[in-house]
Amino acid sequence: MKAAVIVFPGSNCDRDLAVAFRAAGFETTMVWHKDGALPEGVDIVGVPGGFSYGDYLRCGAIAAQSPVMRAVSAHAARGGHVLGICNGFQVLCETRLLPGALMRNAGLKFVCKMQRLSVGTADSAFTAGYAAGQEVTFPIAHHDGNYVADAQTLASLEAEDRIAFRYIGNPNGAMGDIAGILSPNRRVLGLMPHPERVVDAAQGGTDGAAMFRALAEALVAA
Amino acid sequence: MKATVTVMLKQGVLDPQGEAVKSALGALGFAGVEGVRQGKVIELDLAPGATEADVTAMCEKLLANTVIESYRVEMQG
Repeated sequence: MKAAVIVFPGSNCDRDLAVAFRAAGFETTMVWHKDGALPEGVDIVGVPGGFSYGDYLRCGAIAAQSPVMRAVSAHAARGGHVLGICNGFQVLCETRLLPGALMRNAGLKFVCKMQRLSVGTADSAFTAGYAAGQEVTFPIAHHDGNYVADAQTLASLEAEDRIAFRYIGNPNGAMGDIAGILSPNRRVLGLMPHPERVVDAAQGGTDGAAMFRALAEALVAA
Repeated sequence: MKATVTVMLKQGVLDPQGEAVKSALGALGFAGVEGVRQGKVIELDLAPGATEADVTAMCEKLLANTVIESYRVEMQG
């Protein structure tokens, strides 16, 4: 079971994500954004939170054009798993691996707090450790988490059961209270909240650990 | 050759920053503002031979996120 965590200039949750992968049993490699290829045999790629390229132009826009993201897109096209958290979710939207976009929070403020969420679906390797409708609490810390998509995209996310997490008490104006979504093949997840920051009791919560455990179980069998 | 690219949120996409600017103008006593949309202007210094089609490709690939933004290209001598 191998994980790769992408590191952009300005990433700041990359080591947290690597710790979470390793705690779940993944052999984890950090991959610099200028690398044009992923390590051999990678099962899952983590695109971490932070402020890649200083959020210049738009959050995630420059990172989406980096050499490593072409390799990540190819990995996803082969049916590989990809987990994008916070800025990573923004990068995946800019890369068009996930639909829609993340705009400035409706309240215009950076929001940093523990956030209650409802699990939208248990039907993915990321969420199989939860029950649909289960409430979990993950931290959020973002300025641009206001999920926007056209009506047709929102309808298909809903109809195809691809909304992985919804906010309970919408903190940023996101359409449909959407906190995280899955790709059509359910192998790419992007979410604004930070499951990797709640995998150990010392972090003040363990609700995120089930995501990494479930991924390990799904990918060891793969 | 220069090009000016104007990137705006599409009509129908809520612009929270524009709304905040509008309410700030109202708070300052400027009563005549019915709407504010905030965007960005990107100026490009182009090498000889670059065309409007090149700039349009730049907009589609990087300068605008066409999911939420529209863009306008103006070429100057």
